[in-house]
Amino acid sequence: MSTPRAARSTASLRHRLAERGIDLSLLMLVPAVVLTTALFIYPFSYGIGLTFQPNPGIQEQWGGGVLANYRAFFGDAFLFDSIWITMRLALPAALFNVLASIPVAFKLRHRFRGKKLLTTLLVLPITLGTVLTAQGLQIFAGRQGWLNNVLVGGGLVDEPLKLVNNYWGVMFSLIISGFPFAFLLISSYLSGIDPSIDAAARTMGAGWFERFRRITLPLLAPGLATTFILTFVLAFSVFPSARLVGDAMGETRVMALMAYRAFGEQNDYPMASTVAIIMGVVELLVVAVVLLWRSFLYKGSTGGKG
Amino acid sequence: MATDTLTSTPPRAARPPVRKGAASRPPGQRALVASPTTWFVWFAVAVFFVLLLGILTSVVVDSLGKSWFGSWLPEVFTFSWYAAAWERFGMAHVIGVTLLVAVSVIVVSVLVGVPAAYMLARRSFPFKRTISLLFLLPVLMPPITYGIPLATVMYNMGLGRTLLAVILVNLVPSVPFVIMTMTPFIEQINPSIENAARMSGATMRTVFTRILAPLLVPGILAAAVLVLVRTVGMFELTFLVSGPQSDTLVVAIYRAMTAAGGGESRPLISSMAVVYTVTMMIILVIALRFISPTQLVARVKESRED
Repeated sequence: MSTPRAARSTASLRHRLAERGIDLSLLMLVPAVVLTTALFIYPFSYGIGLTFQPNPGIQEQWGGGVLANYRAFFGDAFLFDSIWITMRLALPAALFNVLASIPVAFKLRHRFRGKKLLTTLLVLPITLGTVLTAQGLQIFAGRQGWLNNVLVGGGLVDEPLKLVNNYWGVMFSLIISGFPFAFLLISSYLSGIDPSIDAAARTMGAGWFERFRRITLPLLAPGLATTFILTFVLAFSVFPSARLVGDAMGETRVMALMAYRAFGEQNDYPMASTVAIIMGVVELLVVAVVLLWRSFLYKGSTGGKG
Repeated sequence: MATDTLTSTPPRAARPPVRKGAASRPPGQRALVASPTTWFVWFAVAVFFVLLLGILTSVVVDSLGKSWFGSWLPEVFTFSWYAAAWERFGMAHVIGVTLLVAVSVIVVSVLVGVPAAYMLARRSFPFKRTISLLFLLPVLMPPITYGIPLATVMYNMGLGRTLLAVILVNLVPSVPFVIMTMTPFIEQINPSIENAARMSGATMRTVFTRILAPLLVPGILAAAVLVLVRTVGMFELTFLVSGPQSDTLVVAIYRAMTAAGGGESRPLISSMAVVYTVTMMIILVIALRFISPTQLVARVKESRED
C-alpha cells in the first residue's frame, strides 16, 4: 500500500486495494467505528487520564502526587474492602445461577406438554428489572411480608427472618434477575449438542452419570464458561439492588455504589473514574481467568466434535 | 443402568427398562413416574416460581391496597394510588421520554449497526479482528465502568441531564449488541442471492434496499425488540446522565424509592413498578412471538467461538 505508484502492476490502485479488501464499501463500517470510538474508547481513555489528576483534597490527604487517587483507594479500607464485598456477592451468585441452570435445562430439553409455556415463564423475570424485584422483595420478604408470615405461622421459624436490607436481599435479587438469563443461554448451548453422540454412548452401555461427565459436560463446558462470564458481569455491576434491598454502607457496599458515591454525591470525578477503572480491571481479571480455563478445556475436549 | 443396557441383547432396546412397566412401553415414550432427581428439579423450579409469584403479587396487591400492615391482605382496595402516582411523578411525561429514548436508540443503532454487521459477516479486510474486539468490549464491560467516565465527559460538554445525553449513553451497549446479533444472522443468508443481483447490474444500494432489506427484516425486528427491552430496562447508564426532565421510567422509580427523607410512600412506588412491569411484559410477549430466543442466542454463540 505504501508504493501505489509502482508501475509493475497494470491494475489500478483501486483494484489492488480492493483485492486486499479495501474499497468504498468499507464506509459502511465508519459510523459504527466512529460512534464506538467517540462514546466508548475516548471516554474510557479520558477516564484513565482523569485518575492521574486527583482533586486537591485527595492529594492533600493521601499524598503520592498523580497517584493520589490510587493511594486513596488502596489505603482507605472503606473503599478497598468494596472489592472483596463485590466478589463475595457476584461470584457465588454467578456460580449458583450457572450450576442451577444445568439440571433445569437438562430436564427441559425433552419434548413435553407445556414446555414453551414453562420456558417463557422461566425467562419472563428478565423483564422484571432490578427496581421492581427490589420493591417486591421488600414487601414479600420483609419482616411483615407473606414469606415471614408463612414461615412463622407454619412454625418453621420462631421469629421473622431478616431477608432484606442485608447480604441475602441482594443475593436473592441477583438470582432472580440472573437465573433466567443463565438458563436461557445454557439451554441454547445444550440444544446445540448433537444428541446422537449421547445416543452412541448410551448404546455402548454408558450410564447417565458417565454420559454426563464424559460426553455432555465437556461439550457444554465452553458454553458454561461463557454463561458464567456474562452472568458474572451482570452480578458484578449490581448497583440498584445493593442500595434498595441491601445494606448500602455496610455488608453490600459494592464497588459500583462506591463509584457512584464519588460521582454523584461527592462530585469527585477523578476519584469516581478511579473506582470505575479499578472495577473494570478486577472484572477483566476474573473474565481472563475463566477464559484461560476455558481455553484449556476447549482444546482438550471438543476435538472430536466435528 | 449400565449393566441393564449391556445385558439387553437387541440394540433397539438401548433405552434400558429401569422402571416397572417400562417393558410394555414402546421405545421413545417416557415413564409417567419420574426419578428422584427429576422431582428435585421440579421442586426447585416450583420454589423459584412461588418466590417469583409472591414478589409479583405482593407488589400488585400493595399498589391496590390501603393500610396494609402485617395482615394477609390490605383492608381496603383502591385504584387511587395509580391516579396519585400518575399525577405525582408526571408519568405521562416519563413514559413519553422512555419511549422517545427507546425509539431513537433503536433507529440509530439499527442504522449504524446493520451495515457494520454486514461488513463483518461478508468481507475480510485489514484490522478486522481489532474492529470486532472494539465492538465486543462495551458488551463485556460492566456499564458503570465506562458509564462514569462517559458521564463526566458529558457533563464537561454541558450535555448533562439532557435527553440527547440519555440517548447517546444508551447507544454504547446497543450498537455492539445489534452488530453481535445481526452478524450471524447475515452470515446465514445465502451470498449467491446478492451475487446474482450484482451480476444483473444492481448497485450496492439496490442490493441493500431490494435484496437484503426484505431478507433482514426478521433479524432486524428481533434485534430491535431486544434493544427496546434493554433500553427500557437500562438503569445504570441512564441514571448517571439523566435529570428530572430526562428520567426514564426505571430511573424515576429508583429516584422515588431513594428520595431524601425515606422515599415516597410504598404503594405509590408499587403502582409505578406495576406500570413498568406491565409495559415490559407486553414488549417481551410481542418479542417472543417474533423470535425464538434460544435460536438467537445459539447464533450469537457461534459468532463468539471464532
